[in-house]
Amino acid sequence: MGKLREKHEDVIEGLLARYPTKKSAILALMHLAQEEYGHMTQEAMEEVADIVDVHPTHVLSLAGFYSLYYEEPVGKYVLEICNDLACALRGADEFVEMACEKLGIPVDGTTEDGLFTIKTVMCLAACDKAPMLQCNLKYAENLDEEAFDELISNLRAEAEAAGEKPSVVKEVLDYARQ
Amino acid sequence: MAHILLRHRDIEDLHKFDVYLEHGGYQAFQKCLEAYKPQEVIDIVKKANIRGRGGAGFPAGIKWGFIPKDAEDVYVVINADESETGTFKDRELLEGNPHQVIEGALIAAYAVGARAIYCYFRGEFMDIAAPFEEAIKDLYANGWAGENIQGSGFTCHVYPTYGAGAYICGEETALLASLAGDLGQPWSKPPFPAQSGLYGEPTVVNNVETLANVPPVIVNGPEWYLEMGTDDSPGPKVVCLSGHVNRPGNYEVEMGTTYRELIDDYGGGMRDGRAFKALLPSGGSGPVITADALDAPVSFEGLKPYDSLMGSASVIVMDETTDMVWAALKMIHFFHHESCGKCTPCREGTFWLERVLEDVYEGHGTEKDIQILEDVASNMQGKCLCALGEFATSPVLSTISHFLDEYKAKVHGEAEGATMEADQETPEAAAVA
Amino acid sequence: MSDLVTLTIDDIDVTVEAGTLVVDAAKRVNVDIPVFCYHPKMEPVGMCRMCLVEIGTPVRDRATGEIVREEDGSPRLNFRGLQTGCTVPVSEGMVVRTTTDVVDEARDDIIEFLLTSHPLDCPICDKGGECPLQNLTMRHGAGVSRMEFTNKLKLDKHVPLGEIIYLDRERCIQCARCTRFQAELVDDPVIAFHNRGRRLEIVTNSEPGFDSIWSGNTTDICPVGALTTADFRFGARPWELTPVASVCPHCPVGCNTTLSTRDEARSGGRTVIKRIMPRQNEWVNEIWICDKGRFVHHYADAGERLTRPLIRVDGELVEASWEEALDVVAGRLQQHKGAAAGLAGDRLSNEDLFLFQKLFREGLESNNVDLADARIGGGEVVAQVGLSSESNLQEMGRGDAILVAASDLHQEAPVWWFRIKQATERGAKLIVLNARPTRLDPYATDVFYAAPSELTAVAHQLLNAAKVDVADGEDDPLQAAAAALASAENLVAFYGGEGLTFAETEVLARTLGNLLLLKNEEGANHVGRPNNGLVAVWPHNNTQGAWDMGMRPNLAPGYRPLDEPGLDAAAIYDGAAGGDLRALYVLGADPIGDGLMARRGGLEFLVVQELFLTETAREADVVLPAQSWAERDGTYTSGERRVQRFFPAIPAVGQSRPDWQILAQVGERIGMGRPPFATAILFREIAEAVPQYGEMDYRKLARVVEQWPRVGGEDLYYGGTSYDNQSGVGLQWPSAAETAEDAPEMYDLPPITQQTEAEEDEGGQQAGLKAIETRPLYRAGTLIAQTEMLSRRVVEPSLLLHPDDAARLEISSGDVVTVRADSAQLRLAAAVGEETAPGLALLRGVPLRSGRTTIEITDVEKRERVTERVQV
Ligand SMILES: Cc1cc2nc3c(=O)[nH]c(=O)nc-3n(C[C@H](O)[C@H](O)[C@H](O)COP(=O)(O)O)c2cc1C
Ligand code: SF4
Ligand code: FES
Repeated sequence: MGKLREKHEDVIEGLLARYPTKKSAILALMHLAQEEYGHMTQEAMEEVADIVDVHPTHVLSLAGFYSLYYEEPVGKYVLEICNDLACALRGADEFVEMACEKLGIPVDGTTEDGLFTIKTVMCLAACDKAPMLQCNLKYAENLDEEAFDELISNLRAEAEAAGEKPSVVKEVLDYARQ
Repeated sequence: MAHILLRHRDIEDLHKFDVYLEHGGYQAFQKCLEAYKPQEVIDIVKKANIRGRGGAGFPAGIKWGFIPKDAEDVYVVINADESETGTFKDRELLEGNPHQVIEGALIAAYAVGARAIYCYFRGEFMDIAAPFEEAIKDLYANGWAGENIQGSGFTCHVYPTYGAGAYICGEETALLASLAGDLGQPWSKPPFPAQSGLYGEPTVVNNVETLANVPPVIVNGPEWYLEMGTDDSPGPKVVCLSGHVNRPGNYEVEMGTTYRELIDDYGGGMRDGRAFKALLPSGGSGPVITADALDAPVSFEGLKPYDSLMGSASVIVMDETTDMVWAALKMIHFFHHESCGKCTPCREGTFWLERVLEDVYEGHGTEKDIQILEDVASNMQGKCLCALGEFATSPVLSTISHFLDEYKAKVHGEAEGATMEADQETPEAAAVA
Repeated sequence: MSDLVTLTIDDIDVTVEAGTLVVDAAKRVNVDIPVFCYHPKMEPVGMCRMCLVEIGTPVRDRATGEIVREEDGSPRLNFRGLQTGCTVPVSEGMVVRTTTDVVDEARDDIIEFLLTSHPLDCPICDKGGECPLQNLTMRHGAGVSRMEFTNKLKLDKHVPLGEIIYLDRERCIQCARCTRFQAELVDDPVIAFHNRGRRLEIVTNSEPGFDSIWSGNTTDICPVGALTTADFRFGARPWELTPVASVCPHCPVGCNTTLSTRDEARSGGRTVIKRIMPRQNEWVNEIWICDKGRFVHHYADAGERLTRPLIRVDGELVEASWEEALDVVAGRLQQHKGAAAGLAGDRLSNEDLFLFQKLFREGLESNNVDLADARIGGGEVVAQVGLSSESNLQEMGRGDAILVAASDLHQEAPVWWFRIKQATERGAKLIVLNARPTRLDPYATDVFYAAPSELTAVAHQLLNAAKVDVADGEDDPLQAAAAALASAENLVAFYGGEGLTFAETEVLARTLGNLLLLKNEEGANHVGRPNNGLVAVWPHNNTQGAWDMGMRPNLAPGYRPLDEPGLDAAAIYDGAAGGDLRALYVLGADPIGDGLMARRGGLEFLVVQELFLTETAREADVVLPAQSWAERDGTYTSGERRVQRFFPAIPAVGQSRPDWQILAQVGERIGMGRPPFATAILFREIAEAVPQYGEMDYRKLARVVEQWPRVGGEDLYYGGTSYDNQSGVGLQWPSAAETAEDAPEMYDLPPITQQTEAEEDEGGQQAGLKAIETRPLYRAGTLIAQTEMLSRRVVEPSLLLHPDDAARLEISSGDVVTVRADSAQLRLAAAVGEETAPGLALLRGVPLRSGRTTIEITDVEKRERVTERVQV
């Protein structure tokens, strides 16, 4: 039995129960798998394939199509900064540069301590609160250098402190549990 | 004026079930269950001419009318994929006023005889989905969803579902494919969702805001609704205002409000007192308009004279400092990044446009490249499988037609009108995956 | 016949069935609408946009519904811009324009878009010369590229999707034909698109890569050179190849193939087979073949082939001349006239087998001829109630039913598996009766599992259930299944021999025969009409022909019963061992290697006619080198009783000769007259001796008919590059039920007996661990061993256990087990999988004369665990 089944049996059942076909639950299960396995590892893909009864090739296919699935290892915190037009008009590109400098990594790079990865993404529906980003899908908005420093230090502290890191994905998918 | 859609701005905690109920929540749905036959509900929505807020403006009532009356399994899908650049209205509605959206969906479900409603959130919305999930819990707990709702004999389930990062999944057929667990690629219509949608069954796909318009119409009647807005575009509209304005944000206005009013009265004027240069009325997918169009009304027909469209009313305002070639590049980068790749002209065209535009932007371009840009874009038109490919051509073609001089300046090496340094990170570089 | 629709395409009036797509309608009147993603055998997707045309439909008055007309009376048309002809079905009064400037420009544009990411490496591309993109570029491509070369994406050009198929990412035009073929047609979704937009690429996530027995077909339907096979890529240019029509020699389906040959220096100037591709025959294999048929041909020019006759001189086999060898054979056979026998393999052609039995019956006045390994009986039943002529599984669908018993079709006859699956998707009911799960089960209306010893009994119960009134007992699955079969418009029954003894296969054939002969209320039964009747899933490609030619001791050619039957194979093996049989002629078989015969026993004289020096040949006094199917011509008769010709493609290896010629030359030496100088003449003799073949001759068998969809030819882009059929589709011979005035009688059946005592107390230590022989498509053997590329997929002789049994016996995949089966000791690799039932072990590719037995595992050697990835 794989990690997912072990840790989330009832959430999985709940997600499957939402649809007439198992296959429909695959995107949610891949989100969950990514939380557990860190990224879309072969193991992760095979467990999801097994749960929803598709060939692992299909999971690989989806992992490549949807931008929220990571096929390569990423940092503990993935900072996805929107630098799409509306945000860029409010300084998003400069914000990206600033962030990369602070963490000493290029876009798509990961800090040596494995804590942070920076990605630039398309519109996140927060154009009026630019510059902004999502950290592991959690919104952080109306940012400036100061706010960014604070965010980073909070995350560092969180990482220090033992225990499960909070997860937007798990919180939301937890509603599926009956 | 009190909000009709953004009511949570007037009423605290409206996202909570009891608060919503207190303020007249679910009376519209109840009224339908008790007083109206499904067809009557459709007729009311037709009469009110609620037009699709997802961008296409297709009348919701007519769409509901397409669902075969004898169909066994019918689905209603709430399109909450909101991914168009500059669009953030659905997000606020889902977070602040989820019950009104769900009530609208339940009414739609009753009207077309649907047994289940799916709300397809873009994956990035997981962070704002909690109120919606809570809302569903409360609905089941209070007998407003599931089996035999309020003893009416009408059964309908409500489920949230999540995407995983793909703008194309906002296109209704791609959304349905994605919801079925497949690649989020559109299929060529026909068949339309109303004939064969989710799992091959008749399906209604409506935008979040569209559905939020339904309950008030049922309560106050179509006449009340037709009072607002223009002849062809009745009702309120949530406009997403972003870019170089002082107060960006969502504003609920009556259809017919002009773009100038939006910027000056609602947006608090141009940022830093700079001069207005241009705006994108529908995020990336509508042609850019300039000062001469500012007095046009916000409505589905208002921008026709200016060869543009309101779309989802995501208004991105740009001031005099904006480099329009840079803006076009940003947009085409978006479409290249989001093209699903299923059909040839979009897959290849978006890539080609971005490559050439990059050359032009970085100053390596020639007059011939501008010609190629126009050619490639117009070659894409009318040949793509879905509208994304069409959308992708408008930023290029419209900026060339309005700002040819800036393109010429670029290819002739004069940094005219452009204040952004050419060496700044280009979207392409920023997104090497 | 559904209703018809009339439309005009480029001013030509076309009338086609409603629902026909515009591209197909156009093709019917030879208007070529270019396509890339569309394939006539698959659902349209409208992706590539190459087929854009102008389509107008008559405008109707909203009120009256009348067609609005122009002044000149012509209907007013409504044109909605460009539409994809591959997704739009025809409608009455539709007007299609494919030659306007708008359409022409659209095509130019799409081609230009496609070429922006195409490497244009036609000069070194395998598809060059037969490439749809290349052809269409000639017609629509701009002379020069406006896409600076530096801007082109550089992508990997040699991506192995496995050991068999390679992907060139630069050439791929993302038409999804390959992924849709794998997912929709053969249900092996082991390749798919990865990424999106311009970065779309084909990937696989199976082990081994691209794990499907159908993979080769994707290289045919790929409209560019993106997918190529490891053994052909960069091997030759299409225009250097000579296509020779052939028939696949591997299984009873009899797929039509084309051998592409070329003389090449690297093969010492010899003509060699460069590739095998499907040859269209919509009645047999359509435009598909399995990978075994495509890739297992390298044995034809293998170094190990016998090149000269061999004669045993003081213990040693030494090379000899044909004259010597033939004289010895003829002399010794005559010498032992009374005590000679012949055993043949069922891979040989009708011509060979006919002459073989004739040599014995007429030349040596003996009926001692049999198949060396006749594992399935019922040939006479098939001759009477067999699938009727003019049948085509492709026509079966709603209202029809198919029954499959005691066979793993996916492995034994892949293309039948495919066509039956397709029939179920068209609505046909499928009933499966087996000892274990097979890949046919997912498509079945009902699957019945029974212990091997019970299979015939269950078939009998099914028959009895079918006799009772259809209405009642629907709730009982067996009753429901029986009802479905009895009430079907058309019914085809397939039976094999998996897990059955020879005697049981005969009973099974008769049982199903009766099922087909059952009359319904209207007095109609399921024989003597197209798409009705019995089909035997024979072990080899020409077992049917062997029966037809009289290769059984009790049946003369044409199923004429003999008063004094000769010895059957079993008796012959015993006779050889015991010594009361003196001379044995083994034709294209290896009884010693297959464990059917223990060395040469008491034989005075053993002659073996073969391709390779088999274990039996090593024991022989004379070894005669025969030619492979690729070197000579002849006919095979498929399991659907379709007689089909194959043609010589490559020159003889060494001094080898066609089997029929060798036999005729032996015959000549024992006074049977001059040998016929050609197979065509020989076939005339067959037509006289075998009434069922009476109407046939080589010319009729080469009859060419128009087939749909049209493939090959000019418009390569349509069906892919499989060859159109210019050498004949063959003829199905009529069953007795078709020709005889009165339909055959019901057959006598043994009473349904409970498991016999004997069955009960077979047992041994692990009582209950029964074992049956299964015959995987890629079972290890002399022929497949020559195709290196398949080595990772070959199923070595092995014992497959159900997970429950494996757990109980503490055996895991990869362990080596010693097994006692039928008094033989076998050392086999163990495998564990769901494809068997608890208590039932599969002897995969292990010859088992009895068909099934009870085994005892005497020893287990633990090995490093090799996890077998079971396919989803
Ligand atoms: C590329 C593309 C993206 C789209 N994205 C969205 C979206 O994010 N949200 C939405 O409601 N509609 C979107 N649409 C429109 C939908 O296809 C569909 O028309 C709409 O959801 C119908 O709902 P409505 O009639 O209520 O507007 C998109 C269309 C296209 C072609
Ligand atoms: S237009 Fe673009 S997004 Fe739409 S189907 Fe074609 S490739 Fe996909
Ligand atoms: S779109 Fe019709 S053939 Fe590809």
